[in-house]
Amino acid sequence: MKILFRNVAELVELCESENISISEVMIRQEMQVRDKSREDVYGQMEANLDVMEKAVDDGLKGVKSVSGLTGGDAVLIQEYMKTHTPLSGNIVMDAVSKAVATNEVNAAMGTICATPTAGSAGCVPGTLFSVKNQLNPSREQMVRYLFTSGAFGFVVANNASISGAAGGCQAEVGSAAGMAAAAIVEMAGGTPAQSAEAMAITLKNMLGLVCDPVAGLVEVPCVKRNAMGASNAVVAADMALAGVTSRIPCDEVIDAMYRIGQTMPVALKETAQGGLAATPTGRELEAKVYGINLKKE
Amino acid sequence: MKYKSVFDIIGPIMIGPSSSHTAGAARIGRVARDLFGREPKWVKIHLYGSFAKTYKGHGTDVAIVGGILDFETYDQRISQSLTIAKEKGIKVQFYEEDAHTDHPNTARIRIGDDDGDLELVGISIGGGKAEIIEMNGFELRLSGNNPAILVMHNDRFGAIASVTQLLAKHEINIGHMEVSRKEVGKEALMVIEVDQTISEAQLKELEQFEHILQVARVVE
Repeated sequence: MKILFRNVAELVELCESENISISEVMIRQEMQVRDKSREDVYGQMEANLDVMEKAVDDGLKGVKSVSGLTGGDAVLIQEYMKTHTPLSGNIVMDAVSKAVATNEVNAAMGTICATPTAGSAGCVPGTLFSVKNQLNPSREQMVRYLFTSGAFGFVVANNASISGAAGGCQAEVGSAAGMAAAAIVEMAGGTPAQSAEAMAITLKNMLGLVCDPVAGLVEVPCVKRNAMGASNAVVAADMALAGVTSRIPCDEVIDAMYRIGQTMPVALKETAQGGLAATPTGRELEAKVYGINLKKE
Repeated sequence: MKYKSVFDIIGPIMIGPSSSHTAGAARIGRVARDLFGREPKWVKIHLYGSFAKTYKGHGTDVAIVGGILDFETYDQRISQSLTIAKEKGIKVQFYEEDAHTDHPNTARIRIGDDDGDLELVGISIGGGKAEIIEMNGFELRLSGNNPAILVMHNDRFGAIASVTQLLAKHEINIGHMEVSRKEVGKEALMVIEVDQTISEAQLKELEQFEHILQVARVVE
């Protein structure tokens, strides 16, 4: 079992010294770690891609969660795009609608692929199925998009956290958005170093984001946080491709995220005790979902 | 490194809504089922931390029970698992615990029937990945860095040797091993961390040995 990289700096260095892409490093490591052939590893990832594609399609047809709190927004955005030119641009709004579609399917207990988690499952596929309209990737490049995302997620998961209960939403949607940004850069023809910059720029802007789901459900605000994560990823990718760099290196941003997560109050880490969950409306929705009468004091 | 595979990050394919509270919880339930080795008649599930606070919304309850019914994380039947368990005559009880645990997503599962029972503590560490930290009162000190299996066996001559010989035959190297028992000649537990991946077929082969009660993979 051989791990090829433990942090982003090692990952980028390996890409540069071997003159290979980030997705290629991830594929090679996976083959070594799990003693699998390239075909096996590639095939398993392509199966994930199929699930993501179907989830986006299902969400764009319109779904409703069991609680009734979420569903239908992906359709609204797509309808808007047919009749208007979005101010934030077609690629951004398309990514937003597809991220929302994925998370609406998730909230409706449909089948999704966790990237890196279910609550943050929208950012990576949402951006992928949007930027593909402009970048026209091959199927292989789309599968590689997921390996590149996975490489950055791998570093975050091992050096920080991808759990909202352990590190807040910054660990989930923050990580997912950063992973997506890095993958967009590779698909758009950027360098591995630029992928790392895109990840750093994205995650910096997600630091401190708390996990405060209303009624404890992965719905409010999770669905819209994926929308913003996806848009953040597209913007950061553009910035990195333009040559903008992060003053704080990617690994240090990941470390900062970890330490912020450790010091974040428990009420704001997926316990439904603080933040939006504890607002008057949040509590009202919670009572409605569980059929409880709110006691007035 | 807790996460070794890219598919821990991009994956699992699962039923929503939460990887830690639904998919990870289902995996803890499934390890309990694997170790128990058969469908139980009763199940008692104690939930701690974030699991205790939000299990209804995340479907943690249906997920754990789904795992105990041997469902995969992507099995649509998970959402119906409580009804399915009831139809099968399995008595399921939940307990919301206030006690503080080291990990926010912790579940203690007790399952059993007329012939025996089993208790384990699992934690869901994020992204659908789960770890078992305690089993029948035996604390498991797994590094989580290497594949690991648990072997429940009877404390008899040759039980340990039969397992290690089989691993040697398949060129699977043991990195760390612990053996513990409750009483001489009674139920005992081997915790084995290995350097290579153990296949499903090899696990089945282990289970065939005399004195081996159950085998389960706890870290992939």
